[in-house]
Amino acid sequence: MTTSQIFLVTSTFLACAVEMVEALTIVLATGITRGWRSALIGTLAALATLAVIVAILGPAIALVPIHAMQLVVGTLMLIFGLQWLRKAILRASGRKAMHDEDAIFAAEQAEARKHGRDERAGLDWYSFTICFKGVFLEGLEVAFITITFGAAQQNVGLAAWGATAALIIVLLAGVLLHRPLSRVPENTLKYVVGLLLTSFGTFWAAEGVGVEWPGTDLALLGLLGFYAIVAFVLVRQLRAPQAVRVA
Amino acid sequence: MKYIIAFGAFWIDFIVGDDWRIAVAVVVGLAVTAVLVWTGIPAWWVLPVGIAGYLAVSMTRK
Repeated sequence: MTTSQIFLVTSTFLACAVEMVEALTIVLATGITRGWRSALIGTLAALATLAVIVAILGPAIALVPIHAMQLVVGTLMLIFGLQWLRKAILRASGRKAMHDEDAIFAAEQAEARKHGRDERAGLDWYSFTICFKGVFLEGLEVAFITITFGAAQQNVGLAAWGATAALIIVLLAGVLLHRPLSRVPENTLKYVVGLLLTSFGTFWAAEGVGVEWPGTDLALLGLLGFYAIVAFVLVRQLRAPQAVRVA
Repeated sequence: MKYIIAFGAFWIDFIVGDDWRIAVAVVVGLAVTAVLVWTGIPAWWVLPVGIAGYLAVSMTRK
């Protein structure tokens, strides 16, 4: 496996796992509170819709020229990555509240209890729509990450393996534990995924506008190291008392 | 028309997220890189340095 292939599988796996944990929390909170039937039908309907989108989008993406693909995918990845990384730095430095899957689960359950039962097409409509929306939106990010990561390296199959591994592990954990995956170090994962997306995004977007990286694929490792150092320094600076006074 | 606007708004929200400045910073960084590449100046360092600078400056906001 080359450096960029290892990066591809790792970042697809981690990014997809984070999104799937969030979707799982919504489905578990709704299913446990209001019953499983409508929650699971909503989940399956969202997965079926996603499958149609992927079936249309996947082959269409393969037709785009590689440089244009790298530019578009790299730019989007860089935007996503920076959003994740910025929040992760703020969380790690104590400037922003940590993402708490237990708290989100409790809030989802409280919200689910508030709503009365509205039956449509034999379904508890609240459960159906909440699970559909949650799984569809998080799943869209998973599909987007998998297709674009894979397409930019002309290896969607490898990216799909990373996503599938994440799906199996998160689903198994959800079925076995039957509670939110609060032990998953989600904030740390987001920090790592933010670094990976930012590194990948920089590499591809710059290649897309014609940059030739010194060391070709090895430049990815250089970028990852560079951004890791920048993030580490920023966390340290933000934790320092004088930084608090400035803010 | 309402649905087209909603569809467009969904994708903008999905891609740009909750901080539009990040998207602007990335586009500006890429534009500068493209101009330098076009003039023949080695430009591989521009985007990483620009991104690092943007991250540092953006930390003043929550």
